[in-house]
Amino acid sequence: MAGPSAHDHHAHGTAHDDHHDHAHKPLGFFTRWFLSTNHKDIGTLYLIFAIIAGIIGGGLSIAMRAELQEPGIQIFHGLASLVYGFEGDAAIDGGKHMFNVFTTAHALIMIFFMVMPALIGGFANWMVPIMIGAPDMAFPRMNNISFWLIVPAFLLLLLSMFVEGPAGAYGVGGGWTLYPPFSTTGMPGPAVDLAIFAIHVSGASSILGAINFITTILNMRAPGMTLHKMPLFAWAVLITAFLLLLSLPVLAGGITMLLTDRNFSTAFFSPEGGGDPILYQHLFWFFGHPEVYILILPGFGIVSHIIATFSRKPVFGYLGMAYAMVAIGAVGFIVWAHHMYTVGMSLDTQRYFVFATMVIAVPTGVKIFSWIATMWGGSISFRTPMIWAIGFIFLFTVGGVTGVQLANAGLDRSLHDTYYVVAHFHYVLSLGAVFAIFAAWYYWFPKMFGYMYSEKLGNLHFWVMFIGVNLVFFPQHFLGLAGMPRRYIDYPDAFAGWNYVSSLGSYVAGFGVLIFLYTVYDAFAKKRVAGNNPWGDGATTLEWQLSSPPPFHQWEQLPRIK
Amino acid sequence: MTHRAYAVLTALVCLLFASGAYADQPRPWQMGLQEAATPIMHEIRWFEQYTLWFIVPITLFVLLLLIIVVMKFRAGANPVPSKTSHNTAIEVVWTVGPVLILLFLAIPSFNLLTAQLTLPQTPDLTLKATATQWQWNYEYQMENPVAFDSYLLKDEDRASLGKEDKAVYPRLLAVDNEMVVPVNKVVRLLVTAAPTDVIHAFAMPAFGVKIDAVPGRLNETWFKAEREGLYYGQCSELCGKDHAYMPIAIRVVAQDKYDAWIAAAGSDLQGANKNLMAAADGNKAVDVAAND
Repeated sequence: MAGPSAHDHHAHGTAHDDHHDHAHKPLGFFTRWFLSTNHKDIGTLYLIFAIIAGIIGGGLSIAMRAELQEPGIQIFHGLASLVYGFEGDAAIDGGKHMFNVFTTAHALIMIFFMVMPALIGGFANWMVPIMIGAPDMAFPRMNNISFWLIVPAFLLLLLSMFVEGPAGAYGVGGGWTLYPPFSTTGMPGPAVDLAIFAIHVSGASSILGAINFITTILNMRAPGMTLHKMPLFAWAVLITAFLLLLSLPVLAGGITMLLTDRNFSTAFFSPEGGGDPILYQHLFWFFGHPEVYILILPGFGIVSHIIATFSRKPVFGYLGMAYAMVAIGAVGFIVWAHHMYTVGMSLDTQRYFVFATMVIAVPTGVKIFSWIATMWGGSISFRTPMIWAIGFIFLFTVGGVTGVQLANAGLDRSLHDTYYVVAHFHYVLSLGAVFAIFAAWYYWFPKMFGYMYSEKLGNLHFWVMFIGVNLVFFPQHFLGLAGMPRRYIDYPDAFAGWNYVSSLGSYVAGFGVLIFLYTVYDAFAKKRVAGNNPWGDGATTLEWQLSSPPPFHQWEQLPRIK
Repeated sequence: MTHRAYAVLTALVCLLFASGAYADQPRPWQMGLQEAATPIMHEIRWFEQYTLWFIVPITLFVLLLLIIVVMKFRAGANPVPSKTSHNTAIEVVWTVGPVLILLFLAIPSFNLLTAQLTLPQTPDLTLKATATQWQWNYEYQMENPVAFDSYLLKDEDRASLGKEDKAVYPRLLAVDNEMVVPVNKVVRLLVTAAPTDVIHAFAMPAFGVKIDAVPGRLNETWFKAEREGLYYGQCSELCGKDHAYMPIAIRVVAQDKYDAWIAAAGSDLQGANKNLMAAADGNKAVDVAAND
């Protein structure tokens, strides 16, 4: 303890008292990137991590779509024999389980290791301190450990795919929800323990991050920046951080009980010992529902900034926008059992959850209409981030209205656990949160790295992605209505048509990701200098007053907000 | 290309057979819910259509607004942005408006939910479905209980069971022994999973029924099938490697045929099934004729 703490004091001394000297003596590579306490460097690390995780998670989904392109088992028995060395009939069985491992890993990676690191670890880390006029996060060293916990968490999850899950098969195939008894007695091997440990570690990382953001935003705003003058992205991150802080410990408790059920003969969730599998579902979704708002709220904040910037107008109904997010966050905690309409809850319980869930549509509607009202009367320039943001508004609306349908337990009876649900949550996440991530990427890329991306490539990326993901997910509404259950490696031949279309779409979307990577390469190769504010007078938040990229430490003189 | 040809072929085959007799399973390129076979599913289908009357116009309205904004307020058309950032009246409208729309949705939604979860009368028959990795067991709860397992139909058994017609007994949907119930009777269904098994879910799309099969818990649902036929559903809760391979099939038959079947099923299930299929096939010819 003494060593690092002494070093800490020393580092602070340098940063504060002798910054000039500090800036001229660049940190060594290892010191800068592995021992980093700088919110911008840590943000960059998070973004790189999210891109890598996103490519892996996206690759898993393309493998699944390739399998589902036609009825029958096409590729997973081959994959299973390639990866795990199964032969003959064992390869078929191994492949069936491997498909479930892929659905599980795809979800966990995209949620915990792509969207959250990108939006919260990446963009929020980078921009929130700058936007509120703070020199850094409140706890810079804790920020570092937040990042360096998520890396081993990811490795643990990847490792789990290669150790025994169910007897004679590898990996966790229980879905990201890890419902017992399948995740306890159903898969006795250590793969599930590794996955649970991965979630524990990444949860710890998120809780530390949440504490850091709450402290930073509540205590380190520049003089004059009251909460009611704070940029909406900072509002979104503040609310997200509270959701994380309140929901993740419940998940941690739930999966700890899973661990003890698995390894120490407790019976929290096993009926033969007096436990209840449904209890786990309540605990999980008490976390799981706020989690989906954790994924989308930062995106709400980002889209507000981009819409205002490129319309050259202030956000319409700022207070309404901020408190709509507060309302969504608060109500998000009392709707969890709408994920469980078919578990056998009483009529009154289901009525309550239908009612509470529908309430969320109201603040969400306020946000959609306020974004449009922000554009109304504006002078809109359609730069790449703006196109992504407009795409977000429309696709999020599509995902939102199917959510209103699914809120009705009576109708959800038919749609629960079908592809309709898959289509719904990919419209709000894959086409909502991910579009917000790309919007943010293009919006802040010039600020973060000092170079301008190519508008032509950015546009191409958008349109290929837009067509691709809609081809993937719109037909899944039809599959769900017709009754195709989710998490199926094989399906009755009648579902072949729309599955074929959906699979083609995933290849288009995969190609879109390649365009994205090339766009990044192109920007760094061509080195078009972006300037402090490439977006003009619509960009009013504090980050645009700094150089691009910003200095290693910003706001040594705190900005004053009028 | 082969997929296309295949899909078109299947679609054509489907059209040929789409006389109503086979509307009990998903069809190629289907875009909506399956045809209803129970009063509850009629209500679900109605409610789904009803919600579309709200959500499709709302989505189109948002799209229209976006198009207007994009055309009218692009920098070229409107070089000087307005400074408006508040309008209390419109903010109240777009808060209260959705509340009213939700009320219009909520009232029929609650009616549907109540109808689903309320047994309309003393059931005519009580059945217990028990799920195990990866098959169903059906138990007829009566004085001399009849119980049997229901597995995915294996290709090699098609001939011996007389289930070679893949339009009637499709791949991944057909089973060896179907659940048999009488038409127009209220059937109470108790659903659970074997005590040391995992969670499964009993789903029958044409009936509007889906309920989890949870170890240690006895869930209850009901249905009243109003037309005869063979109906298919699939396990709807991830339960392991063969989750996609434990379908559910229910044969709805006239009361007299059911009576004959249940009397024989206890001692000779295969024989009872064969007699029932022979009787049902004879009946189908009559049905088709009647439909024409």
